[in-house]
Amino acid sequence: MKHITRKATRHISQNEGLIFEKSSPGKAAYKLPPLDVPEVDVAALLGKAERKDLGNMPEVSEIEIIRHFTRLSTWNYAIDLGMYPLGSCTMKYNPRVNEAVARVEGLANGHPYQPEKISQGALRIMQTLSDCLLEITGMDAITLQPAAGAQGELTGLLMVRAYHQSKGNPRKKVLIPDSAHGTNPATAATVGYAVENLKSNSRGMVEISALEAQMNEDVAALMLTNPNTLGVFEEEIHKIAALMHAKGGLLYMDGANMNALVGKVRPGDFGVDVMHLNLHKTFSTPHGGGGPGSGPVAVKQILEPFLPTPILVKHSDDTLGFEYNRPQSVGRVRAFYGNFGMFVRALAYIFANGPDGLRQTTEDAVLNANYIRKGLEGVYDLPYSTPSMHEVVFSDKIQARKGVKTMDMAKRLIDYGFHPYTTAFPLIVSGALMIEPTESEPKEELDLFIEAMKSIAEEVEEDPEFVLGAPYNSRISRLDETMAARKPVLRWKPEPKA
Amino acid sequence: MPSPTDRKYTKEHEWITADGTMGITHHAQESLGDIVFVDLPKVGAELTAGKTFGTVESVKAVSDLYAPVSGTITEVNETLATAPEQVNKDAHGSWMLKLKLSNPSEMDSLLSAADYDKFVTEEAGH
Repeated sequence: MKHITRKATRHISQNEGLIFEKSSPGKAAYKLPPLDVPEVDVAALLGKAERKDLGNMPEVSEIEIIRHFTRLSTWNYAIDLGMYPLGSCTMKYNPRVNEAVARVEGLANGHPYQPEKISQGALRIMQTLSDCLLEITGMDAITLQPAAGAQGELTGLLMVRAYHQSKGNPRKKVLIPDSAHGTNPATAATVGYAVENLKSNSRGMVEISALEAQMNEDVAALMLTNPNTLGVFEEEIHKIAALMHAKGGLLYMDGANMNALVGKVRPGDFGVDVMHLNLHKTFSTPHGGGGPGSGPVAVKQILEPFLPTPILVKHSDDTLGFEYNRPQSVGRVRAFYGNFGMFVRALAYIFANGPDGLRQTTEDAVLNANYIRKGLEGVYDLPYSTPSMHEVVFSDKIQARKGVKTMDMAKRLIDYGFHPYTTAFPLIVSGALMIEPTESEPKEELDLFIEAMKSIAEEVEEDPEFVLGAPYNSRISRLDETMAARKPVLRWKPEPKA
Repeated sequence: MPSPTDRKYTKEHEWITADGTMGITHHAQESLGDIVFVDLPKVGAELTAGKTFGTVESVKAVSDLYAPVSGTITEVNETLATAPEQVNKDAHGSWMLKLKLSNPSEMDSLLSAADYDKFVTEEAGH
């Protein structure tokens, strides 16, 4: 049995409780100087608002705090440790130059309430980023407000609804392919549309005849991811756009997979009317717990009047500022102007790469996915043979014969020192293994990953029971996900004090 | 394991008996995995054949439930609210709803046990 792998090895990992549990009365990580101003009577000033019991505030020393968080940090898996092949999530490297720029004093300390005239630098960053994103997408206008992809979707669909409403009829339905991200139907339903499922064809693409049959004047929009969640480029995208437009519908593009297109093709050129971008995917800002996310929404001219307020404008004296008087706007979708720190990072990424660098990035992302596809084809079942773009979707069909499913192999991958791939999505592939390496990975890391996946496939053949018990090398063994869902413990409560 | 022959089936993997008792099939619970929540309508609600009426949530996904036939709900299996795992243990024995059929002839268009088992085999062949 292969307990030893080339990438991972065992390292002592220290147990650590909650910081509340480490607390003991009177301990502190600070020592204040003696009071040199007159003491005030808090109760007299605040009355009933004075809080005497601070609840469970942890009382710990400085080194305990430092050790607490350092120990917890060693439990993490991060892109800085190795490949993070979580399909559909584009877990690419977050370049250090982004962080350096975001920490420039004037940017890090900027405040959204400071007057426009002393915020010109920040506004210029937003304007330049907007211009770059419009150039990359081929769209006409943009809002940087939404805080993540799903909020971008919501903003986009609110604009779709406002657009149809302005023509006298908001329409009733939104078409969504069966390969879509789960957020798409959730968004459409939240905006008040009925969701109609569009079946994919045997090549994993939108079936044109099905779209023709289902498209009518009740349909407000089609929400399409391109390349779709199978990592397949919708070759008939022009025809799809034309079919939508012929009946007055709009084409929404989920830009989650934009990492496969930047610098090569522009959604605005293939008929997309509205789309969101994920700066935390395509444009290298932190994704996941680190975040926060950022989901700008770009639109064609026809949707420009409906953009959230305020929009960025150039005044007659050439200074930049915000315009709030937008009667047809869907309104504000986020406090202030969006996650500004992410705009700085995304712009740093765009400038550091330049047009040729961005194009190269896209090519490398597609090359890496295809390198993995070639390395694992035959070892794992490939349900759709259509060419892959930035990610590849296998199924567990071969291994399932031995009773081992995609989730079991994902758990075993942890032992090999990798973050698992995406399991059980897209839903149209039974037992999916969705792998997206991104352009960040050197060939050496891809080879280690391929070797690990081949080794797991061998283990399944030789000893399926062993794989079903994985992971073995992680801090904790397999979690009981069913129990967590059926009987969730949602709140920590202190042990009664002795 | 062949499906029980005392009832009819749908391509959406539900079963229903002649007296209007319905649930999801063994194959359905197997593909869903561990079921953690069953969301059903209340007694008196009207179902329309082919339309969704509730959801089953497993650790993997949330799936819609489709009405095999039209009718009015006369009884709901309340124990599934607290013990959804019963569906995993015995799908054909764990009913979800009892219906008073509004158009009993709709039963004729549903699949027999043999036809359903054949459909499942073909569907898995993708």
